[in-house]
Amino acid sequence: MSSMIDEDVAADPGADRKPTKRQRQAAKIADAASGSMKAFVVKLVLMGLVDAIALYAVFILALQREWIVLGVIVAVTVFVNWIYFSRRRLPAKYLTPGIIFLSLFQVFVLLYTGYVAFTNYGTGHNGSKEQAVSSLMAASLERVPDSPTYQVTVVDQLGTLGLLVTDPDGDVQLGTMEQPLAEVDGAEIENGKAVAVDGWTTLSFGEVISRTDEITELAIPASDDPNDGALRTPDGSNGYLYTSNLEYDEAAGTMTDLSTGTVYTDIGTGAFVAEDGQELRPGWQIVVGFDNFIRAVTDPRLAGPLVYVTLWTFAFALISVASTFFLGLFLAITFNDLRMRGRKAYRIAMILPYAIPSFLSALVWAGMMNQSFGFINQVLLGGASVPWLTDPFVAKISVLIVNLWLGFPYMFLVCLGALQSIPDDVQEAATVDGASSWNVFRLIKLPLLLVSVAPLLIASFAFNFNNFNVIYMLTNGGPRDTGAPIPVGFTDILISMVYKVAFTGQTRDYGLASAYSIIIFIVVAVISIIAFRRTKSLEEIN
Amino acid sequence: MAEPRPISGTETGLLQGELVEQRAAVKAGGDPELTREVAPKRPFSFGRWFKATGWRHLVGIVVVAFALFPIVFVISSSLNPTGTLTGSNALFSQIGLDAYARILTNPQVPFTTWFGNTILIAGITALLTVFLGALAAYSFSRMRFTGRRFGLISIVVIQMFPQMLAVVAIFLVMSAISDWFPAIGLNTHIGLIMVYLGGALGVNTYLMYGFFNTIPSSIDEAAKIDGAGHARIFFTIILRLVAPILAVVALLSFIFSVNEYVVASVILIDTEKQTLAVGLVKLVSNPRYADWAAFSAGAVIAALPVVLLFLYLQKYIVGGLTAGAVK
Repeated sequence: MSSMIDEDVAADPGADRKPTKRQRQAAKIADAASGSMKAFVVKLVLMGLVDAIALYAVFILALQREWIVLGVIVAVTVFVNWIYFSRRRLPAKYLTPGIIFLSLFQVFVLLYTGYVAFTNYGTGHNGSKEQAVSSLMAASLERVPDSPTYQVTVVDQLGTLGLLVTDPDGDVQLGTMEQPLAEVDGAEIENGKAVAVDGWTTLSFGEVISRTDEITELAIPASDDPNDGALRTPDGSNGYLYTSNLEYDEAAGTMTDLSTGTVYTDIGTGAFVAEDGQELRPGWQIVVGFDNFIRAVTDPRLAGPLVYVTLWTFAFALISVASTFFLGLFLAITFNDLRMRGRKAYRIAMILPYAIPSFLSALVWAGMMNQSFGFINQVLLGGASVPWLTDPFVAKISVLIVNLWLGFPYMFLVCLGALQSIPDDVQEAATVDGASSWNVFRLIKLPLLLVSVAPLLIASFAFNFNNFNVIYMLTNGGPRDTGAPIPVGFTDILISMVYKVAFTGQTRDYGLASAYSIIIFIVVAVISIIAFRRTKSLEEIN
Repeated sequence: MAEPRPISGTETGLLQGELVEQRAAVKAGGDPELTREVAPKRPFSFGRWFKATGWRHLVGIVVVAFALFPIVFVISSSLNPTGTLTGSNALFSQIGLDAYARILTNPQVPFTTWFGNTILIAGITALLTVFLGALAAYSFSRMRFTGRRFGLISIVVIQMFPQMLAVVAIFLVMSAISDWFPAIGLNTHIGLIMVYLGGALGVNTYLMYGFFNTIPSSIDEAAKIDGAGHARIFFTIILRLVAPILAVVALLSFIFSVNEYVVASVILIDTEKQTLAVGLVKLVSNPRYADWAAFSAGAVIAALPVVLLFLYLQKYIVGGLTAGAVK
């Protein structure tokens, strides 16, 4: 990157005057003298790399017809090129790389979570309506009785399997899962059966055997209309026409089960539903408005868990902050005495819980708290059988103990630093005025300490509010609440409930999980407003 | 580690603590150890000693016991050649390295792969996080431009919302990316690193920004007069002066990624691709896996680099700050 003195001058606050032509010339000369060729080459190479990657991405996206994403990529690439090849836009040169990642993986995903909360996204509602229709039809394929046998050859093109089909009249057709059967010319015929065609590799007998699973899964649509059925081959050499038990009527938006005559209608719930309420799965993804939120608070089997999980989340975060802070403060006072020997050794020993990755500590504690074999019951309590992790109430206590262990070193260090930064004169003045040491602490040191520690306490609350690791690794949120339709337990906090609803149950419910995320989102937003009010940190930014 | 973000406070706390102690020592006329010897000797009284410092040692011993006992337990069970949890209860009854051999060589448990993945992902994330954060902090600290205040405020606000809140959306975005570019989508390390980099600006820029501001701009100006461009000033002068904060941010980021479970478990699907956090949690939660000693050995191996880095960099950071290039 070449140096740009003119910009730096312009970027300086008290220097709004435009540089004169002479000044600009001088700057250019200085620029040429100082800017190194090497830096420019590096910049050129890097930008070339970025553009090449972008070009590749555009190519792939054009093949997939993802026009919106393609447009965004083109816009971003043009913008990046403009920034780095412009002589101005100096701040943007430094900010752009971080902002690109920030906007995609922090800002966009948060907004997208908001969107998902208003959809029925989840197991059984994963894709578009077209995908749902074709997978429903494919799942109910049945061989047409007395249909003719087609001779087929399995062919491969860059990993995509296709069938080369010779129908009883001798016509040759080719199709894949995505491309319906279509006539091909120039196929190589052997004993009345097409065995090879240009652009495709014919699978050998051995390959057919080894890829049997893939081949028997193949269902080549007979035409663009899904009602025409599909060609399947059970053995890789003979094919039969299969038609679906279901008939799709696009105009009416109905699926009719031909064997029973039941009509399933799209009534706007993201699935085909029969009159008796029976649903065809899979359905598809639609926007359901506030349904997830309404379901979360009005369905009694969901509302109960939501209430106790929310209360426990607050209790857990508050008690964790309070217990770690008071233990840390007490220890800081205890060890903040210059007369005491070995303070460094104590400090290192006490920092250790903090230095160990917390997921490991939580797993080790889970082992020690095992009811039947754990160290605490077997050795410390001499063979007791305390249900540390399996009783709803005791498990909460266990979680708090473990979180105290994890968090007190941090508070100790923070309080020690804050105490030591209070000037000695304050103490001396108070002592001269006759204050007792308790009063000095209560009325002078504690308020001073709280001023500097309060923002960290709020941050610590916000952190513990989402302290996933300790809950998930220690109790896995358990003991499990068997009455709830979602996988939730009595020590779950909101974030662990989100994770379990979205990723661990029999059915994944992204919509509901995102709705729960929104609740956390609001709480965190309130906390941060309070935090910023208190600390005035935003006003300090100039 | 329980609270990754506010560690900054910790380091400042440590620094301040050390400084105050040094200052106090200087005020008292030298090293505190020496001062103690110079004090007039009085006959030793246990009561007075206990009231002054003895009770502090008592508290210290109790707390250290609380702090260390899980650590002692896990080290002891890792040295226990037999595998079960019950067998680990008699501390240091048997000593052997069999459990370490088992965890490192068991073909069912690709522990070394997980370890390598973790170091790779956390290391690259830390380096790039520091780089992205430093770039942004430099522009916020040294340049004045429209949107600067807005940018800083947004970063402070955004950092309140951890990425894991959006884990569902991250998963959906990554699976969409997998459809187009499998090399950077689900089940890839690059994909996970990209997601982590999304948090790079939010969490660390403000921390770095504060530190950049403490480097006087007269240094930049001097370099500018000597003909250095902005890039040269940044890469050859500023980056070196802010090395301590780079170390802090790198350490924070490294520890964060090692500890991160939510996003990693969703993105990394194959066992061979997973990190230690994902792999070990799944291993222990499998009820059929009963080799507690091997798990303990794995935990000790996994914790060692982080603990060492933490203790080592803590000293370096304090030293770097006090010795700072600018007075």
